[in-house]
Amino acid sequence: MRADLLTGETAGLDEALAAVDGFDDALTEGLLRPRPAGAAALTALAQALAGSPPAARVAEAAEKTAAGAADEEHFVALAAARTALLGSVHDALTARAAEAVGRPRAEEIAPAPGERPRPVNLLLAARAWLSDLARAGWRGIDHEIVSGSAPVISAMLADPALRRLAALLDGFAVELAASCPGATLERVPARRWADLWSRAVLLTLPGAADAPAGGTATGRLLPLGVDLHEHATAVQSQVHGVFEPADGSPSRLVRASVSVPKPDSVVGAGLWQLLRPHMSLLAAVGEGRSVELTGMPVTAEGDLLWDDAHARAGESADPFVTARVALPAATDPVTAPLDRHPARIAVPVFLEGYERGTGEDGRPVFTVAGHPLPVDTGRIPVAGPLTPEAVAASGACVGLLRWDAGTFFVQPLAVERTVRKKTTALHAGAWAAGTTDKAGAKAEKAATDAVAVLRERAGRLLRK
Amino acid sequence: MVPPARPRKLAKVPFVELADGRLQGVVSSGSDIERVYVSSIAAGTYAFACSTNNNRPCGGARGSFCNHIRALVTEAVLQYGARRVARSLKVETADDEATAQTLTAAMTATRPPLDEAKAAAAVFSRFLRHLAYLELAPVTTPLPEMQWFPPSRAVA
Repeated sequence: MRADLLTGETAGLDEALAAVDGFDDALTEGLLRPRPAGAAALTALAQALAGSPPAARVAEAAEKTAAGAADEEHFVALAAARTALLGSVHDALTARAAEAVGRPRAEEIAPAPGERPRPVNLLLAARAWLSDLARAGWRGIDHEIVSGSAPVISAMLADPALRRLAALLDGFAVELAASCPGATLERVPARRWADLWSRAVLLTLPGAADAPAGGTATGRLLPLGVDLHEHATAVQSQVHGVFEPADGSPSRLVRASVSVPKPDSVVGAGLWQLLRPHMSLLAAVGEGRSVELTGMPVTAEGDLLWDDAHARAGESADPFVTARVALPAATDPVTAPLDRHPARIAVPVFLEGYERGTGEDGRPVFTVAGHPLPVDTGRIPVAGPLTPEAVAASGACVGLLRWDAGTFFVQPLAVERTVRKKTTALHAGAWAAGTTDKAGAKAEKAATDAVAVLRERAGRLLRK
Repeated sequence: MVPPARPRKLAKVPFVELADGRLQGVVSSGSDIERVYVSSIAAGTYAFACSTNNNRPCGGARGSFCNHIRALVTEAVLQYGARRVARSLKVETADDEATAQTLTAAMTATRPPLDEAKAAAAVFSRFLRHLAYLELAPVTTPLPEMQWFPPSRAVA
């Protein structure tokens, strides 16, 4: 990997982020009656979009909002403007990452609005709540405003077709509730909350949450590693892997996701227990196997829409062999237009021969060909054998290249470590299918007990 | 980001949350498997309430915190950490030394009143909603926004 290409200035990046930050500050104070600074930031956001297709609508939305006369359509336009700016940041960073990893890239995806019918009322109810938040600002939130989302979220969670927005709103609402009242908050995570707010606002547009159609995949899937995401009431695992089509066409990088809502007291090994029954791929990853796919639906973004009926376990496949041999030739997928955002960047990479060190913040740094690359061990799930210590002592690493707060960094998915001349691999998702590890088995038992108690309580108290 | 809950045994107190300006939750009855107590403490005033899910007042919660409320505080500290519980309830305490015992002592020392807000029905319905999460179907369509919610090794 050309790590040297990951540092240095990106033209226009600071300007784009300054416009975003200005809007985020205005949103922190609330958009009901913006103060002069907020009004100026709204104008600056509109100016940043000048010359682009939505320019006129954004300019009108900025003007009305600055005058304290915004309606929900105007908030949608502002959210779209902010998303478009961060989309351009995403594109610049992704181009840089692609150059650094030196793999082929897939062609652009044309936006294709979904056709599936949606319960529009729920989307409108969600947008009404998000508009209330925008008017109040993060400084103005209280329990009453935040809890206004509860009926909408409950209704949405019941419909799997609305899960994308529901899971986002639920995690967002929990976070806001934990920060109430906003007036006394020490520090407002303005960028993060504005990200979540604007993503949610756009997802209230019918069809926006639909993945662009791709086709089907038949061939061999070689897993690279498992990425886990969780908030208080949802968990998602994403398996990254190299797909080798049976028809001999070029191999490409794909993802397979499974997610499920959860009670907040189910954590650690309990997360794997909830996900495990719904995707046989997790068992294959745990056993170090490939998977044979037959007609598995796949989106244009390279997301396999997993269905066990289209998969069967294949031969054993070591992810480090996949990373060394198959990964360099695989094509990187392109992100769907609406999903372009720096936080979405997660590019599979393989690193070895790096110098291990420690950064100023105490986190590990891998120096690759003379260029330091920070390592984020904070994203490693607790229920697994991979630890920050193992990462710091590793000799090879399969990870995801990500970007945050101005720098690229690596999130390890697995490492190889040599102890007494013997090389062993440690995978973040090794316990996805269960484990015989002593500490792991203990965590599994605790999680089983927790869910058993909740199920017993649910059996007695629900539906009465 | 909100750090994830810490694992704890759920048998005695299946549900705890810091929400709506209260520490609130559900405590299993020690004697009757069909019965649970709905308990709460309000932030700032520490006004407390405890009743069964059928709205019968708890006999222990007359002058001060009953054992259900004490168990609620203990489990909340296990789940969220003493700091977060103290901050939510607005209990002044030295951060490093806070425990469930010191928090409870600090609150009972102010001789808190009984809570007249009658939140039990609302808390119980939140508990049922919480349990219903176990019944929701999984999906295999990707949720790109979950990228904003990485697992955290940080402790509450």
